Amino acid sequence: MRKTPVPHDPADTRPAAAPAGATAGTPRAAATTARSGAETNPVDATPARPRRTAPGPWTVFALRRTGRLVVSLAALVTASFAMIHLIPGDPVRTALGPTADPALVEARRQALGLDRPVPQQFAHYLAELFQGRLGESIGAGLPVSDVIAARLPATLSLALPAFLVVVLAAVPGGMWAAVLTRDGRRRRGELAFGSVTGALAAVPEFLLAVALVACFAVAFPLFPVASRGGPDSYVLPVVALSVVPAAALARIVRVETLRVLGEEYMRTAYAKRLPARLRYLRHALPNLLASSLTVGGLTLMALLTGTVLVENVFAWPGLGTTIVQAITEKDYPMVQAVVLVYGAAALLITFAVDVAVAVADPRSTVRGS
Amino acid sequence: MSYACRLRHALRTPVGLTALTGVLALALVALLGPVVLGPAAERVDTGAMLQGPGAAHPLGTDNLGRDIAARVVVATRLTLGLTLAATTIGVLGGLLLGVAPAVLGRRAGRGVTAFVGVLISFPGLLFVLFLATVFGVGATGAVLAVGLAMVPPGARLVQNLTASVAGSEYVAAARILGVGRLRMVTRHLLPNIAEPCLLFAAQAAAGTLVAFSGLSFLGLGVQAPSYDWGRLLGDQLDRLYLNPVAALAPGAAVVLTGVVFALVGEVFAQAGRPVRPPAGGAVAAPGPAPRPARPDGALLQVHDLRVTFPDGRRPVRGVSLSIGEGEAIGLVGESGSGKSLTAQAVAGLVPSPGLVEAGTLRFEGRDLLAERPRGTALAMVFQDPMASLNPALSVGRQLSEVVEVHERAARSAAWARAVDRLRAVRIPDAARRARQRPHSYSGGMRQRAVIGMGLMGTPRLIIADEPTTALDVTVQRQVLDLLGEVRRESGAALLLISHDLAIVAGVCDRVLVMYAGRIVEDLPVANLAGRAAHPYTRALIGAVPTLTTDRDRELATIPGRPPEPADAHPGCPFAARCAHADDRCRTDAPELVPHGTAARVACWHPLTPAAPGPGNPIPEVRDASTAQEATA
Repeated sequence: MRKTPVPHDPADTRPAAAPAGATAGTPRAAATTARSGAETNPVDATPARPRRTAPGPWTVFALRRTGRLVVSLAALVTASFAMIHLIPGDPVRTALGPTADPALVEARRQALGLDRPVPQQFAHYLAELFQGRLGESIGAGLPVSDVIAARLPATLSLALPAFLVVVLAAVPGGMWAAVLTRDGRRRRGELAFGSVTGALAAVPEFLLAVALVACFAVAFPLFPVASRGGPDSYVLPVVALSVVPAAALARIVRVETLRVLGEEYMRTAYAKRLPARLRYLRHALPNLLASSLTVGGLTLMALLTGTVLVENVFAWPGLGTTIVQAITEKDYPMVQAVVLVYGAAALLITFAVDVAVAVADPRSTVRGS
Repeated sequence: MSYACRLRHALRTPVGLTALTGVLALALVALLGPVVLGPAAERVDTGAMLQGPGAAHPLGTDNLGRDIAARVVVATRLTLGLTLAATTIGVLGGLLLGVAPAVLGRRAGRGVTAFVGVLISFPGLLFVLFLATVFGVGATGAVLAVGLAMVPPGARLVQNLTASVAGSEYVAAARILGVGRLRMVTRHLLPNIAEPCLLFAAQAAAGTLVAFSGLSFLGLGVQAPSYDWGRLLGDQLDRLYLNPVAALAPGAAVVLTGVVFALVGEVFAQAGRPVRPPAGGAVAAPGPAPRPARPDGALLQVHDLRVTFPDGRRPVRGVSLSIGEGEAIGLVGESGSGKSLTAQAVAGLVPSPGLVEAGTLRFEGRDLLAERPRGTALAMVFQDPMASLNPALSVGRQLSEVVEVHERAARSAAWARAVDRLRAVRIPDAARRARQRPHSYSGGMRQRAVIGMGLMGTPRLIIADEPTTALDVTVQRQVLDLLGEVRRESGAALLLISHDLAIVAGVCDRVLVMYAGRIVEDLPVANLAGRAAHPYTRALIGAVPTLTTDRDRELATIPGRPPEPADAHPGCPFAARCAHADDRCRTDAPELVPHGTAARVACWHPLTPAAPGPGNPIPEVRDASTAQEATA
């Protein structure tokens, strides 16, 4: 029943219960004395600072986590470069169609650098990337970076408000549900919460978006249902984007809250006769935030890519509509670039979440994520 | 209870029945739909193009006059087929990649783990789009893309599961026996991770369905003339304003199927969940038992305390005790004798389904069955200091909040008192340590901090529930000394729960011996050596080894086992293990009656001569009260 979050071996800290009475003099006692050392000796007033010379857990964590970010970014860049070479056949011929003029195909191949050796292409790709140049689109020949710069703000202006809505709805909602249904109380409430959030989490974003369009275009024309305009045009896309992750995260928060409420330190808080408000907000919330964020990080990452479908339903001029159009038109440089942007954004989000968790729960840095 | 058995049980719940019905219905529609409605779905009718819902076409027709309702039904087979194909790719790939580290050598295994670690850091849909670009637009490409995108999360899950299983003792044992790697995987790892993998597969199927429908909806999945639900939805999206039902029907099909998959997952989850009692504190309303008011000076008065659980366990069966001001009482007994639950019942911390009943449960004159004890008057010290402090808050905060809440102390004053109390419990460098969180404290320091927490207010009674069990032997001594010191300085009474007679003997004035939910003997500590009257107490004392114990002989044990908390035993609960038991012991339960001048015992055959002559006054009030009950 008890879960000890700290990684320690219970057998190591618990002397065998049986041979009581002999508190000193046995070999066992001597061994434990030697092991428990200065930290447990109250007479020794100097604080134990054993890891002065070795790098602190924070440094180790920061280095390791940054290293992981760099490796993932490198993998992302490599994958986006490799994409055009993984496509079976000639990508330019595929993109321009079988009837295209051979001279045009050859010109595009040269413009993309596809006639050069692959390592040289990769070096060129990296060099261009570091200067912020992402190539030109196959069809129209427009600079891809210009298109990204024009479309990215539209996507962010959906994703960021949706993120706020998700967190502000899911964390209090999940906690509230957990508090109401703890210890198997209100079985019906638990069932209702489970079914509602389960059903909402099972509804795909794009279906919800379609349903919203159907509802607000036909029955209640309250909000605009297509394209980016005034503030009211944001309402439906943000709702469509945030409901599913919010339901999923609320479920996670509820389970995590129940776990935290079962921990012994919550019993301690109860034994201290703290009022319920303090017990939940001060004692439970920080503990479940760390774990919920870890699990919810993936949910929030999915929110970013959820924009792809939602944008297509609402004809939103963002990266989501761009990439789908590019895939259908086989505009590979454009696909490469958007994949790069989405991937990098996802990596940065998880990085930020991990750092936030490490601050909230220092044990996770000690554990070494 | 085996997994199959729990699965059958889970299938009989409403959720399980719904899931089963849903799966059967889906299978039926997928099998029969194309056979029955196939021609209707393909029939082009130029006379009935783009119709709205009507009698002939319940959901209307598309731009070729084909019946949309029939097409939605027929699309079930392709949609489910592609979903299952992609799920199979994802789950099998995840299993292969997840088990690989356990099968391959250490270096290759680490490489695979790192590879999965990189893959997992990208969102699934990005994978799908990337792979869809590479494999080309179409059903095959989409199946591969969606399936492969499912591999990294599956692999990560399987890796975590195998890692946890691989660390277990039976795998270590198998490894010592020289079991080969592959055999290890098939015989030891896979069977033990099957349950969570089933759950993952169900969730993956739901995810795949959504991802696939999304791809088709965007025009990147199934291509005309084939159609699945996503394709149908995408085709009808433009007509959403004219015929919303036609667009929403395939969407509803996706949602319903997703719910069925989720329910299947829920069934697996229920079957895999071990049944465990939830924790939390609750003092139940008392039964109609009479509560005679006894105006005496006892700080804590407990009479006929019972704790029962809905499953029939009765771990505490009528405990009566009282603790005077400043008194130190030890409560000893084997594991499962009910001593901890007795303490928790007093503190109002019995885990939730447990029901607390008592004739009397009074602390400082307050009825604890009706109200909680006054602020800080009752302090608890728990068994496991590793778990009883909140890992997210600084230790000083956890101390200072006690007085902030109960005495409305200012923040700074409360903090100063917290540092002071930490110093009092001999935390070195208390001012700095107070700002740290518990994980940087050693076990002994944490337990001292918990004791310090109890000292923040003005405790009248400290309940210490096995406070030293989780600690090293030397640290045990320090914590016990600290408890004694705290008691002397604050004048608080102490209820020390332990299975260790030696600890109790060193700290307490009086010892209560519990057995099978009852107090069998109540005696002064001085009587422990040679003057214990109950055979069980004697046996407990006999089981304590000393420095003079002959090392060549086996340690003394008490033969037999204590009765289970659910058992009903009409006679003395110890009769089955007692050398002195006779027929009366097996049929009549002895009451706890005064024995000698300062003790009480519940035994028909006490081992010391009882001489509580009529002229011999019974020294303490609690004995008088019990004597009345015994005679009543």
